[in-house]
Amino acid sequence: MKHLLSTQDLSARNALRLLDVAEEMAAVGQREIKKLPALRGRTVVNLFFEDSTRTRISFEAAAKRLSADVINFAVKGSSVSKGESLKDTAQTLEAMSADAVVIRHPASGAPARLAASGWIDAAVVNAGDGTHEHPTQALLDAFTLRRHWARLGGNPSAGTTLAGMKVLIVGDVLHSRVARSNVWLLTTLGAEVLLAGPPTLLPVGVGSWPCTVYYNLDEALAQRPDAVMMLRLQAERMNAAFFPSTREYSRRWGFDDGRLALLDTMGLDDTVIMHPGPMNRGLEISSAAADSPRSTVLAQVRNGVSVRMAALYLLLSGDHHDEQDDEQDDEQADAKDDATDVPAGNGTRTTPDTTREGTHP
Amino acid sequence: MTVPAPDSGIHKRVVLAEADIDRALTRIAHEILEANKGSRDLVLLGIPRRGFPLAQRLAQKIAAVDESVDPDLITGQLDVTMYRDDLRRNPTRSPLATQLPPSGIDDKVVVLVDDVLYSGRTIRAALDALADLGRPRIVRLAVLVDRGHRELPIRADHVGKNLPTSSRERVRVHLAEIDLIGGSAVNEVVIEDRP
Amino acid sequence: MTTDASTTTEYLIRGASILGGPSQDILVRGGRIVALGEDAGASAGVTAVDAEGLVALPGMVDLHTHLREPGREDAETVETGSRAAALGGFTAVHAMANSSPVADTAGVVEQVYRLGLASGWVEVRPVGAVTVGLGGERLAELGAMAESRAAVRVFSDDGICVHDPVLMRRALEYVKAFDGVIAQHAQEPRLTEGAQMNEGEVSAVLGLTGWPAVAEESIIARDVLLAQHVGSRLHVCHVSTAGSVEIIRWAKARGIDVTAEVTPHHLLLTDELVRSYDPVYKVNPPLRTSEDVHALREALADGTIDVVGTDHAPHPSEHKECEWAQAAMGMTGLETALSVVQHTMVETGMLDWEGFARVTSVTPARIGRLEHQGRPLAAGEPANLILVDPAARWTVDPSTMATKGRNSPFRGLELPGSVRATFYAGHATVLDGRLATPRPAAAGAAPTQDVPAWTI
Repeated sequence: MKHLLSTQDLSARNALRLLDVAEEMAAVGQREIKKLPALRGRTVVNLFFEDSTRTRISFEAAAKRLSADVINFAVKGSSVSKGESLKDTAQTLEAMSADAVVIRHPASGAPARLAASGWIDAAVVNAGDGTHEHPTQALLDAFTLRRHWARLGGNPSAGTTLAGMKVLIVGDVLHSRVARSNVWLLTTLGAEVLLAGPPTLLPVGVGSWPCTVYYNLDEALAQRPDAVMMLRLQAERMNAAFFPSTREYSRRWGFDDGRLALLDTMGLDDTVIMHPGPMNRGLEISSAAADSPRSTVLAQVRNGVSVRMAALYLLLSGDHHDEQDDEQDDEQADAKDDATDVPAGNGTRTTPDTTREGTHP
Repeated sequence: MTVPAPDSGIHKRVVLAEADIDRALTRIAHEILEANKGSRDLVLLGIPRRGFPLAQRLAQKIAAVDESVDPDLITGQLDVTMYRDDLRRNPTRSPLATQLPPSGIDDKVVVLVDDVLYSGRTIRAALDALADLGRPRIVRLAVLVDRGHRELPIRADHVGKNLPTSSRERVRVHLAEIDLIGGSAVNEVVIEDRP
Repeated sequence: MTTDASTTTEYLIRGASILGGPSQDILVRGGRIVALGEDAGASAGVTAVDAEGLVALPGMVDLHTHLREPGREDAETVETGSRAAALGGFTAVHAMANSSPVADTAGVVEQVYRLGLASGWVEVRPVGAVTVGLGGERLAELGAMAESRAAVRVFSDDGICVHDPVLMRRALEYVKAFDGVIAQHAQEPRLTEGAQMNEGEVSAVLGLTGWPAVAEESIIARDVLLAQHVGSRLHVCHVSTAGSVEIIRWAKARGIDVTAEVTPHHLLLTDELVRSYDPVYKVNPPLRTSEDVHALREALADGTIDVVGTDHAPHPSEHKECEWAQAAMGMTGLETALSVVQHTMVETGMLDWEGFARVTSVTPARIGRLEHQGRPLAAGEPANLILVDPAARWTVDPSTMATKGRNSPFRGLELPGSVRATFYAGHATVLDGRLATPRPAAAGAAPTQDVPAWTI
């Protein structure tokens, strides 16, 4: 991986590797000393064209725990066109020798543009672009789901997928970068994804997505999902004729107390409720649901730092002429150090290392 | 005992066979007990990947001598990936789990266990990693093979075998817990040379 | 081919294949084709042009060019745009009205017209705005523009749709007085607020606001019915969807006087390219799906779509070197049109060279009422013709183009066909595939006389 721009182009292998590394990062988070020296001397720029304190501090904490230097660069002003152009900003960051640029931008595709432009050599991490994608949010959601799923199965989560899991995503899919990133990532990891929302807030073309679409939330809940992810309803959609009123939206699409009780009635004791935050309590999710033991909202926030540490670590450590086969490359890399293999990947200690085997006659 | 490998042009030489490895570990186990004047406060931390099964084997041997020792309770794994000084020069490595024994490492006698000691950089990283996890009373180093070519002022307290090598050669340790060769688990140390 | 055309007015084109037919010689003198074949004997002082293996075609006529002057001379000027046109095989272009100031008065259209005469590379015919300032509220002075020296016949608010049905109706009715035509940019504004790309599977994935096909089709449906009702002439700019083709086909079957245009890029490119988020693929109307592309090719072949118009829209690089949403819409096209049409229509067997001439020259000239363009290549006709090497292959490199715009979506593509020579009113503006000399203003007449270029 040179950049992390979307989950659509993230292979299952890289996704799993990211989640597995995130598990190790999470373990570091439990220690007294939470800092690792891995990215000492590297510079991570948080380039935010859009306010998002939550995402910014999550990335900032991640970078700092890896000992990177962090520069926060907020491009102010509601109209980007009046400010500095993306190109000028990128070239400024290049001149400052940024190693990674974490970019949040209101325009879909801005991170991809930055990565492909040749204006800057740094690794680009998409921290949310317009209504396109928000890959680290999906990764932390997948991380949260995987831990839940593995615990139910009585397994450690490292190395496991979401195979067999049923995840229902509810709300404004049309404008949601979180929904898009989750659809691709969760299905890549083997989960079955269901979408529910008003037809006006589901994109034309959703029919070709690898999901089942429901216009009725209760019908979707009847499919017995293992997780329900409620999307935030943006204020600017509320008066744009996508639905008649917020009350009607809440009644039909909100996760209210009645639907919370329904999960109990249906015996869905292990179904969790997720929300990327910030929540509109009483609109897309009731307070009782948000604060119930089913809610993973705080775990999601906590896991965000681990996942972002993993992303920054994988993007910034190592030279990037590799990536096809880490094990093989690691073997070469070890030629000098201790002349013995320390293959990457999360093979447990007792698993025969078959990749390595290939080099022996 | 030189066996030219077919196709690859690599010469392989077995320098320690299974029995040699076992003997060396037995000796190291005794040395550890002797240096520590018993098993008190001992913690064996293996450096992934092959240091960990070696630490387990050493713990077994110590338990064989001292019945009060539960080998599982004195063994752990110390991942040093994030502390390496060559992260940028090599392809990305994924960190592995660090698992400490329940007693922790504070005020313990920690024996770091690795398979091959070469430049010393891995051990340097291990010492840094250890410092972030606690404060042992003493840190010692046990290795199966010391092949020389040190780049840092580091030496092992317990060495299974000193192997003079050229830097062109590769020392490979195969342990049954990890390595399958031709479908069967092997324990051996080989030197590979590409002429 | 020999050159030095600046002083020569007589050319003997040797062995050209007229519209792909048998090889013939063509004698050009005094702005006209004077003889063909056996009759085209060489005389002293004639410049011979070797056209072995080349196809002779009537000079291409573009109904849809943005020359940007006045107002955005950083993007293009009449001079640079018409150079690009000559190199691309055009002998006439229609300069769209969305300049600054807008070409909505006789003064502005005459200015553009005079700049075209002064440049001398192609015939530049201004398009007049339909409404004042492209504002969509009041009719511009269509009659004054029609009667000006620019003799405007094509009116368009291109870039903006004349969406008010009453205003559209009045415009269609009014231009009947001087045989004008309204060229509509069909885009329902409410359905396309903030639209960034074709609405469909790709927009759903990319999170870019969709531009539904129905926004184009609903306006075309309304306009053909209005044109029928008032008995006027309608031209539909840059048709981009299969649905639009259906509506136009239906309208023509009913005898409605509608003509339609397709751009080269809509004949080749699809919205899949937007996945790169490279704004060089951002255009209005947007790139559509491969189903649409195939429907457009078939429509151009069967005559449902009448003409190819480039919608050449140069932009300074800073308007494309940015995020997709911030980027300007538009692509250059004058210097690639012939090759793209050859690639998509001729090499696929959907059009022969005669068909090519029909859609790129004969019909656009008829729609724009350009009497001296799009004429048969026959003795006595005006010598607006080009020589094309259909076997040539070249790789598109925007940095070497004559247009100021570097925003070619065909960058890096290998395309067939190259324009070896362009004769504009008997004057070689392009020879050996390179710019030669512009036609002297008004062909020897004093510039002050302002004789229209097309009255040879």
